[in-house]
Amino acid sequence: MRLTMTVNGAEQVLDDVWEGESLLYVLRERAGLPGSKNACEQGECGSCTVYLDGAPVCACLVAAGQAAGRDVRTVEGLADGDELDVVQQAFLSAGAVQCGFCTPGLIVAAHDLLERDPAPDDATVREALSGNLCRCTGYEKILDAVRLAAARRAEVRS
Amino acid sequence: MDFLQPRELAEALAIRAQRPDAVAIRGGTDVMVELNFDRGRPGALLDLGGLDELDGWDADGDTIRIGAGLPYRRIVDELAAQLPALAMASRTVGSPQIRNRGTVGGNLGSASPAGDAHPPLLVSGAEIEVASVRGTRRIPATEFYQGVKRSALAADELIVAVHVPVAAGPQQFAKVGTRNAMVIAVCSLAFALDPTTERVRVALGSAAPTPRRCTEAEEFLSGELADRRWWTVGMPVPDAVVRRFGELVAAAAAPIDDVRGTADYRRRALSVLARRTAAWCLHEYRQGGRTCA
Repeated sequence: MRLTMTVNGAEQVLDDVWEGESLLYVLRERAGLPGSKNACEQGECGSCTVYLDGAPVCACLVAAGQAAGRDVRTVEGLADGDELDVVQQAFLSAGAVQCGFCTPGLIVAAHDLLERDPAPDDATVREALSGNLCRCTGYEKILDAVRLAAARRAEVRS
Repeated sequence: MDFLQPRELAEALAIRAQRPDAVAIRGGTDVMVELNFDRGRPGALLDLGGLDELDGWDADGDTIRIGAGLPYRRIVDELAAQLPALAMASRTVGSPQIRNRGTVGGNLGSASPAGDAHPPLLVSGAEIEVASVRGTRRIPATEFYQGVKRSALAADELIVAVHVPVAAGPQQFAKVGTRNAMVIAVCSLAFALDPTTERVRVALGSAAPTPRRCTEAEEFLSGELADRRWWTVGMPVPDAVVRRFGELVAAAAAPIDDVRGTADYRRRALSVLARRTAAWCLHEYRQGGRTCA
């Protein structure tokens, strides 16, 4: 089938999409956007987290056709040209990236959190990131990164 | 495989009647796992995502009608005061990403004994509104669950909404798992005090072929409260009574040993959850929480 959707602000028209495939497969294999990662394929790991109409979801659990006419924003759509989003930069600064596989999903989840709650307490951060698994960092550096991103966003705003 | 995307409910019902091989999908949190792992290859996906009729919720007197497509996220954010047990259970579903997509309608459609919404629906006296080209009917939650992943939904029907009475008194939900997020319940339990009928309701999940009410335990505790004129005078309820209540809840379970836990563990855990949730609700009611949490 033909699938038309908006991805990172631009309309994408994709042909020969199989009706049973996931939005994640479409993004990675057809739209040339491999940022969202494919790991568990059952919504457990959060590595494929993308915005769908503004809400973070597991792209592996969205049927391709369900994204038709919708607005999708992936980790590739967060940076402004060569300038990384403040959350991405904070992950680098804090050393929150080791193997990097979980990073895109965590960045989208953290980005969404700070959009909704610019100054979250630690419990709120843990809850917001509870759907994203990381097997390298032990999460401490990731929490540091989210705190740093929140602080830098507050600086920019003041 | 066909991808069928009706724009209104009548069209969806016509398709449902004509295409018994179609699998209904909305949040996709169950259906897509089956497809991703190639466990089944339905003839068609019937996408209910475009049906405005399944969106949102509204209050009809003392009952809340929740559209089958309302994501858990909105139940947590918007209905915690009216439907405490269902909101608490919704809060434990998956992760933020899953709660943005998953729905009570989907929980009912899958009819897994472990579905988090089921015990709250049972103790709330909820009814499930289903529709087909033949018409609409309401199924009491107590009659909906018929076996492991089997329900009273007919092949040509779709789940449209759930009607849940607003809590008349304190309610609780508790669930056992290895962590707070991303857990399929090892066992779960919902408890409700209803001051209008002076009755207790309790239901368990993930510890029998279906979610189920624990009627003997309900009778016992309701009787003890009545004997002590607890509702009006508020004589304290002895620990032994609450412990016995927990034992009766455990006795109502018919659990199995599986990867998530043993049958013995589930019975033991249920008795603890029953004791705790009962104590919390009794305390809350005595503190004056006569309407709801």
